[in-house]
Amino acid sequence: MALKQTPSQTAGPFFHYMLTPEQSHYPYRGLAGPATADPTVPGQRIRLVGKVTDGQGQPMADALIELWQADSLGRYAHPSDPRSSNASFRGFGRCATDANGHYAFDTIKPGAIGDGQAPHVTFIIFTRGGQNHLYTRLYFADEAEANARDPVLKSVPAERRDTLIAAKVDGGYRLDIRVQGEGETVFFDV
Amino acid sequence: MQDAPFRPRDWESHPPLIYPEYKSTVYRAPKKPLIPLKQTLSELTGPVYGHESVAPIDADLTRNARKNGEPIGERMIVAGRVLDENGRPVPNTLIEIWQANAAGRYIHVNDQHDAPIDPNFFGAGRCVTDAEGRYKFYTLRPGAYPWQNHSNAWRPAHIHLSLFGPSIATRLVTQMFFPGDPLLPQDPIFMSVPAGARDRLVAKFDFGVTESGFALGYGFDIVLRGRAETPMENHA
Repeated sequence: MALKQTPSQTAGPFFHYMLTPEQSHYPYRGLAGPATADPTVPGQRIRLVGKVTDGQGQPMADALIELWQADSLGRYAHPSDPRSSNASFRGFGRCATDANGHYAFDTIKPGAIGDGQAPHVTFIIFTRGGQNHLYTRLYFADEAEANARDPVLKSVPAERRDTLIAAKVDGGYRLDIRVQGEGETVFFDV
Repeated sequence: MQDAPFRPRDWESHPPLIYPEYKSTVYRAPKKPLIPLKQTLSELTGPVYGHESVAPIDADLTRNARKNGEPIGERMIVAGRVLDENGRPVPNTLIEIWQANAAGRYIHVNDQHDAPIDPNFFGAGRCVTDAEGRYKFYTLRPGAYPWQNHSNAWRPAHIHLSLFGPSIATRLVTQMFFPGDPLLPQDPIFMSVPAGARDRLVAKFDFGVTESGFALGYGFDIVLRGRAETPMENHA
């Protein structure tokens, strides 16, 4: 390797006016927010909600969650996906947690990519005190058969898989994220 | 055929998840080991924000929020290249930056430091790297500011940077510091980085970037994860 990686540093508590300006009511044009799909994007509308808590069970009120997902046909809007053609859906969102640690994305349900993985959404989590961003995934409880075959879920100890599976709730799905402690969410070394 | 995966995060370059001297890390990072994930298409892809997503003024923080005059402070330029571990430029990738004003105050509503807000400075900007991975921002040198981590704690002047690179695996959020800052050795956020890697977060004063009669220049190159196997060169 010719060069060494630039070290990661915390996003700190003051990222909102840059990274989530519209959601956080700053006078600045944001590039992404909690709503990922305009009305022209085909797919089943879902809301993803949950609460982010720390190792003391306290809500994390200054976390940023980034969402990355495929479209309803399982295609990523990226040149490395040879099928990428649904340019109207970028597949990316950002949501800052509120004072109670809650997040809510309005998005579409992703399709299966077609490589044996169950439908899923990637979350990337940034926090004050988060020296390195955390990668996790959200799977859907009503995809039990696909989840049972998913190679990434199978790589997770059985007793921890539930931390990645969002429960069906009215209008969408719910997945709480416990950054540390009892019921700690599974985070991946990607 | 799937693109080659990215090399792993180099944990000898990045700070540990929990670093008790930086108190907010103690309960805000996982204690269980991260679970290895072999990169799939979900990790080999990521959001694409090209040149159409930014305007030239977005990269000039001395102008992008003026209301009734110039913002107050020492004008500066930060410029450099985004490269990968293999030494290749990372072209057409989004960089977002945010910072305190020259007095050490963020525009953020939760910033309680009683240094003045500058009505003509917002402190956020973005640009997209060119074909050679180059970027350049005009801004003001941010001030140091106190924080609550320990007694008489001060954050050294810094600029926050967020980059995507070609996939979510190359995502990076970091901070850029200034050479010779006496606050660096007492800052647990900076010092949490392994000793051999810290200087990669310190910009270099650069007369080549400095603009005569206008602003001091700093060079800051950023290195993202590179692919583990380089694809065959196309000699056709």
